[in-house]
Amino acid sequence: MIDAGAPAGRAPRIAPGWWFVAPALLLIIVFFLAPVIAAIGLSFTDFDLYALADPRAARWIGLRNYARVLHEPVFWQALRNTLYFALVGGPLTVAASLGAALLVNARALRWKSAARTVFFAPFVTTLVAVAIVWRYLYHPRYGLLNWMLGHVGVPPIDWLGNPHWAMPAIIVMATWKNFGYNMLICIAGLQSIPRDLYEAAALDGATPLQRFRHVTIPMLAPTLFFVVIVTMIGYLQLFTEPYVMTQGGPLRATTSLVLYMYEEGFRWWRLGVAAAIAFLLFVLIVAFTMIQRRLSPRSAT
Amino acid sequence: MTPSHARRARLASVALHATLLVFGALSLIPLLWMASASFMATGEASSFPPPLIPRAPTLEHYRDLFGRLALGRYALNSAIIAATTTILALAINSAAGYAFAKLRFRGRDRTFRILTAGLAIPVQVAMLPLFLLVKSLGLVNTYGGVIVPGLASIFGIFLVRQYALAIPDDLLDAARIDGAGELRVFRSIVLPTIRPILATLALWTFLATWNDFMWPLIVLSDDRKYTLPVALAGLVGEHAQDVELMMAGAVITVLPVLVLFLLLQRYFVEGVTEGSVK
Amino acid sequence: MAHRTLLTWRGAASRLPPGAQALACGALVGLAAFLAGCSRADARGDEGELRVWAFGAEGEALAPIARDFERANPGVHVRVQAIPWTAAHEKLLTAFVGGALPDVAQLGNTWIPEFAALNALEPLDSLVAHDSRLVPRNDYFPGVLATNVVDSTLYGIPWYVDTRVMFYRRDLMRAAGVMSPPTTWAALRDALYRVKKVQPPGSFPALLPLNEWTQPVIFGMQAGSPLLAEHGTRGAFRQAPFRRGFEFYISLFRDSLAPALANTQISSVYQEFAAGRVAMYITGPWNVGEFKKRLPDSLQGAWMTAPMPGPDSAGISLAGGSSIVIMRGSEKKAAAWRFVTFMSDPARQARFYETTGDLPSRRSAWAAPALASDPYLAAFRTQLGRVVPTPAVPESELIMNLVAQAGERAARNRQTIDQALASLDAEVDGVLEKRRWLMSHHLLPAGPSEKGR
Repeated sequence: MIDAGAPAGRAPRIAPGWWFVAPALLLIIVFFLAPVIAAIGLSFTDFDLYALADPRAARWIGLRNYARVLHEPVFWQALRNTLYFALVGGPLTVAASLGAALLVNARALRWKSAARTVFFAPFVTTLVAVAIVWRYLYHPRYGLLNWMLGHVGVPPIDWLGNPHWAMPAIIVMATWKNFGYNMLICIAGLQSIPRDLYEAAALDGATPLQRFRHVTIPMLAPTLFFVVIVTMIGYLQLFTEPYVMTQGGPLRATTSLVLYMYEEGFRWWRLGVAAAIAFLLFVLIVAFTMIQRRLSPRSAT
Repeated sequence: MTPSHARRARLASVALHATLLVFGALSLIPLLWMASASFMATGEASSFPPPLIPRAPTLEHYRDLFGRLALGRYALNSAIIAATTTILALAINSAAGYAFAKLRFRGRDRTFRILTAGLAIPVQVAMLPLFLLVKSLGLVNTYGGVIVPGLASIFGIFLVRQYALAIPDDLLDAARIDGAGELRVFRSIVLPTIRPILATLALWTFLATWNDFMWPLIVLSDDRKYTLPVALAGLVGEHAQDVELMMAGAVITVLPVLVLFLLLQRYFVEGVTEGSVK
Repeated sequence: MAHRTLLTWRGAASRLPPGAQALACGALVGLAAFLAGCSRADARGDEGELRVWAFGAEGEALAPIARDFERANPGVHVRVQAIPWTAAHEKLLTAFVGGALPDVAQLGNTWIPEFAALNALEPLDSLVAHDSRLVPRNDYFPGVLATNVVDSTLYGIPWYVDTRVMFYRRDLMRAAGVMSPPTTWAALRDALYRVKKVQPPGSFPALLPLNEWTQPVIFGMQAGSPLLAEHGTRGAFRQAPFRRGFEFYISLFRDSLAPALANTQISSVYQEFAAGRVAMYITGPWNVGEFKKRLPDSLQGAWMTAPMPGPDSAGISLAGGSSIVIMRGSEKKAAAWRFVTFMSDPARQARFYETTGDLPSRRSAWAAPALASDPYLAAFRTQLGRVVPTPAVPESELIMNLVAQAGERAARNRQTIDQALASLDAEVDGVLEKRRWLMSHHLLPAGPSEKGR
């Protein structure tokens, strides 16, 4: 390939490639990298409302914000809630995606593309809007869900008002909203499994269930694993659902790390604390990412 | 196929389609109920058993939303911001993606690796200082404050690069030999070739911007500039009791992207598969 | 022809060196951002536009008043922005940081110390002295006016007042043998026990939503607690006075006289009240209108309001309400002050009451027929003579929320009363740590004096 850099005989100039990436890089550095570094710096101060009025009131306090956050029960609850959401919601969403993918991909199925459309539609909807709809679907007395459950004999549950059911309720809603996305990935994965593997298994007398267990799952495993981790990492950043549906309650059962960070930062303007929480979230995500890299050498990365 | 075999196959097919119908219904019911409730009279939805279709459909909530509550303006704000972001982001991210794929410059691969590492950083980490930065630039409470920070997308760059890698090098070299400058090559050869991924990127950017909530919530304080999700969340704060009104607001928010999706499904789907199957 | 020109231009552009081409692209991006940012002018408002922020229903009700003002003051355009209460606090603070505060704003009076500490508010003493005929100090309820004073400086003009009183089902109480509303805590407990016997099963006589901090705070203050000690730098919640009030409050839950629920878990207070599943509710004046509207006609004679019972005699309640403030950064303070005095006119306040149900802050406005003749308002009038503000520290809102959370924990039996109060004090002490540090370094902005609230 001809080097599109300096032609022979001319003084060396900046490779045109840099000009192409410059706007993007500049924007990323200014509006992403710099604030992230500033956030790390802020996390070592006790910058708050008083400091907004009078900068002398900000103190460098080293790791005290982190110590304070780590001693704060709300932080641990937010961490538990967030992990609950990610570790339960992630696999659940992917299981639903896999199920939908298997359905859509089944050879005997007609209306494939309609099915795909229907399953994917919730994903494109605006989260705020569906959170409002689901908030009402979960109404203890007038919500559709309790009404449908009532038909099979389940007594009405106060989904968003009961600390035990609030997070599961949000998990179900998130699963409903997001499963379509990973369904497409699973479909692509399913379609990439060579047909002869199934035929060979069938010839050996394997039932459909056995074919699923011994052909589909192993072949799909790397994709599934990758998808689960990526979904979990996305779910670690839970914010909009609790903000719109429960405001973090009841009894802080749905306060996520990002919601907690938002409260500290934008409601109370304790910027130092909020920055510390954000950084701890980042550490958590990095941990998940590293687990993914470590556990899946054959994954599609 | 033996008759019992054929019967079993038919049973399986029926079971399959039945399951499909059930799950399809589960997928659609929330959206259908949302639409249905939006046409119900005030208070009708708050009754037991919950009504599934309005007794006497009414447009009063839509009239309310567009009239008294000026939802049309918020829709316009959302549209302007989403469109502007999409157009600009397309230019910026496609240029960068192409460069990372096909142009040689020192530090290219290292820079790209650092960028992908940045994908692990959750955006909320940067939000507070970003707000202070946006304030110092005088962009608080402006469209620009919402648009500019979201223009460069590491994921978008990644997507374009992935696709651009497949462009045959000789095609590019031939153009260069003919004396075309890099920008000319980009415009005349690369862009047409990667048009599918550009369409996908445009759609995804529009979708993400239209649906964006947290950042516009923070940056916009003047309600004349609110985007739809922010305005909707505000409505919930005040009118939580008016379920039918809220459902109408939800319909208005969701409808544009849903229609866009229905018309251009192919590009949405491609974006998902391109971005992940490597 | 335009088409050909375009092609030529594009051809020309592509012959520029890549650096310049990229610069041109960058310039376009910058231009777009600049144009987008140009609407920043809107952020400050057009020339002559007075920006006013109001919250909740008052925000929507302020619009016609703004129109009247514009008619009376041609050349001044007033833009009212209505913001929901749930977002009001964060929007104000974010706007402060972002330099996008309005000229005039409604502020819950518990927020005044906070914004005074930020130096965001314009002191109003001289303006009030200058226009004492329009805004006479002694026409305001003293307890309410006191909420606007921080460090002897007046920062807000009370707009409407709010306090909490009992709303109760008079018919159920009478059926239970309680002929007149209770005036002491003991009488209240007795009344609630009796009412519970005549209610449908699964009902609770009192409704005290757990996320409302007003109830535990009122009981604590009635018992004589200052809530904070040492110039507002330490919590006083473990101390005997607050403990007494808190114990009384929690006992209502533990004795099944009130349900351990937040108000988000209650589908409709009005339906529960109408059905007799709730017989007593401590709430504010806006519910007078709501009760009239939402309760069935058959029940309109069955409910009444009464002042708060206290430990041994009629009790105090919270001095709540909203004030109007002028932001220090406003460039239209003269027009802003004219708008404030316009809003403070007693007749206008009486009319505002008729639209919103918000009680006027001007005592003279209470003479208006709509207010004087309404039987439900008598309790409020009486109570407003016995109101006390919450501590005037910026962290007040946060601390009050912590009180509610401690109350929720104790009411749901997650903690004993002692545990709840101990953890509350610990949390509050933590919140006030900065304040203690500032005080020790003499950097403390305006705050409460030790002597009397």
